[in-house]
Amino acid sequence: MKTLLTLLAASLVATSAQAATADGAQVFEKWCAPCHAPGIEHPGTHALEAKYKGVKSSFITDWTDVTPEYVKLMVRTGISVMPHFRKTEISDAELNALANYVIRKH
Amino acid sequence: MRTPPGVSPSDFAAALAAFTQIVGAEWVFTSDEDVALYRDAYSPLAGQPEERLASAAVAPETTQQVQAIVRVANQYRIPIYPISTGKNLGYGGSAPAYSGSVVVDLKRMNRILEVDEANMSVLVEPGVSYFDLYNHLRKTGSKLWIDCPDPGWGSVVGNAVDRGGGYTMANYRNHFDSHCGMEIVLPNGELLRTGMGAIPGARTWQQYKSGCGPWVDGIFSQSNLGIVTKMGFWLMPEPEAYLRCTVSVPRYKDLIPLVDILNHVENARIVNGFPDLASPLLGYPPTGQVQLFIEGTSAYATTAQQKALLAQADQGYSPELEAYALANKIPYWELWVTFYGPMEVVEAQWKATQRHFSQIPGATYKIVDQLKLPVDPAKISDYHEPEFGVPSLRAFSIGARTPYNPTPSKGHMWFSPIIPRTGEAIFEANRVFSAAAKDLGMPLFQTFSMPACFWERSFIFILATPVTTDAATNRKYLAGFKKLIEIGGQHGWGEYRTAPVFQESVMDVYSFNNHALHRLHETLKDAIDPNGILSAGRYNIWPRHLRKKAQ
Repeated sequence: MKTLLTLLAASLVATSAQAATADGAQVFEKWCAPCHAPGIEHPGTHALEAKYKGVKSSFITDWTDVTPEYVKLMVRTGISVMPHFRKTEISDAELNALANYVIRKH
Repeated sequence: MRTPPGVSPSDFAAALAAFTQIVGAEWVFTSDEDVALYRDAYSPLAGQPEERLASAAVAPETTQQVQAIVRVANQYRIPIYPISTGKNLGYGGSAPAYSGSVVVDLKRMNRILEVDEANMSVLVEPGVSYFDLYNHLRKTGSKLWIDCPDPGWGSVVGNAVDRGGGYTMANYRNHFDSHCGMEIVLPNGELLRTGMGAIPGARTWQQYKSGCGPWVDGIFSQSNLGIVTKMGFWLMPEPEAYLRCTVSVPRYKDLIPLVDILNHVENARIVNGFPDLASPLLGYPPTGQVQLFIEGTSAYATTAQQKALLAQADQGYSPELEAYALANKIPYWELWVTFYGPMEVVEAQWKATQRHFSQIPGATYKIVDQLKLPVDPAKISDYHEPEFGVPSLRAFSIGARTPYNPTPSKGHMWFSPIIPRTGEAIFEANRVFSAAAKDLGMPLFQTFSMPACFWERSFIFILATPVTTDAATNRKYLAGFKKLIEIGGQHGWGEYRTAPVFQESVMDVYSFNNHALHRLHETLKDAIDPNGILSAGRYNIWPRHLRKKAQ
């Protein structure tokens, strides 16, 4: 019984994590992709390519060295010409999902 | 937590409690962390005592909630400042003109209320972005195009109310002009519909603009006298084809007939798309293509000899430079013209266009793109997306780090005076502003600057002033920007739109007959917003009780 509950709990966690990832993908698509999708026609990607010059991927979801907190910090404070985003644009729940989506390859 | 000036802490607390009752605690923002999200991301005064900052923010979801918020603001005399999507970057962003105002954030009002395919119109709320509307139209199989500015995350309503411009056909590019019908919450909380919308059960609200009686829509632009909660727009039916061509001319003075003939062919609707001016010789790309040059996907070749001549030229001219251009067949000026319509029609329009420009000796012509529409979405990034009614954020490569700009800026402030649509005015604006910018130490000119052609009867001589991370540099640019406004005014030029930090300077230029226009603005303000709760200070229109204090 305990095993079943553990499996069920694990399944719920997995489902929840998958849901969060799915929501995060939508948030990324809506708010991040116009600047951070692959291709230099996207200013964020172009800027990171100019910064890292091939040493590191210019596509932020390839990164494996960022924390969810870093993603949240960037979204709420902005950097360079990237502005910060308000909670009416990206809610805290959406930001959590987004952060988990960005770091999903860790 | 900051309290609005002149409001007691107890009144402010009562107002915030009332706002919470109206929209729910989740949508009233009072913590420093949350209120900081309403700062202007491109403020040249970031972190300085004069930075314009909100005291709180409230985010309604419905028109009724906006009305209730406005009534509470009147009750407690709370200054409120509406924003739509808050992405008016370079023109003030989401920060209020009057520090301590409560921002009314309309982003949650993001419904596309009606798309009338037959009438080719739409009715939207202020939180709807160009991306939202575009995606909705494509998802529903609509054959309508939007007209959008470069930043696709902007509000359809907000951009129109702030009189923004776009890139498709002339009659859609002026976003305020292409609106049809508004719904406005007045500063006393009453609801108004303009045009035919004033008729209960109106059936032509998005079909006929002015209704009957004085047409008042204009006084609700730039957001001083009401909060726009719905706005109708005419949309462009998807054209069958797109043709983009260039007319190149060889000599410096050819710019004058080039613009004169452009004005004719555009206002005769022979050319019906966005025109754009460039200079292959001076290395100045067309406005609509500037990001392609920054990205390095398109570039004018410049030889070492050409660069040396350019460095010695005066505002893009020297006899030696012109001789070099003629000898090497490098056009001094290049006009990009676009056409929308059936293929056989745009081809005929292009033929007629060439006939008109043949008055200029040595003019040459080239077809750049000839496309059946719609463009394959996978290939749209080969083009300047807004010319196809497709929103993007590509223009943010301006100021961002690129191989051509290793030191990214923190943002930019758009200096946007309106100048006459003549070649002579382009020369004069370059002469006046480049000399001033040099004196003021502002990095605005390389060789020569071309205006943007959003509207058919005027140019915007638009220049991006960088915002840096250094406060002293920003102060220098800010003072320089104000001086440029003043110099522009001395030449009969004025800004069409500007950030709050420059609004007083800009409105000072509009001073005919002892500031008669400004005095009328104040008269309207006192009549329509007697408690002075709405958008205090925006475009230097202050409510009576703040006028002396503000000045």
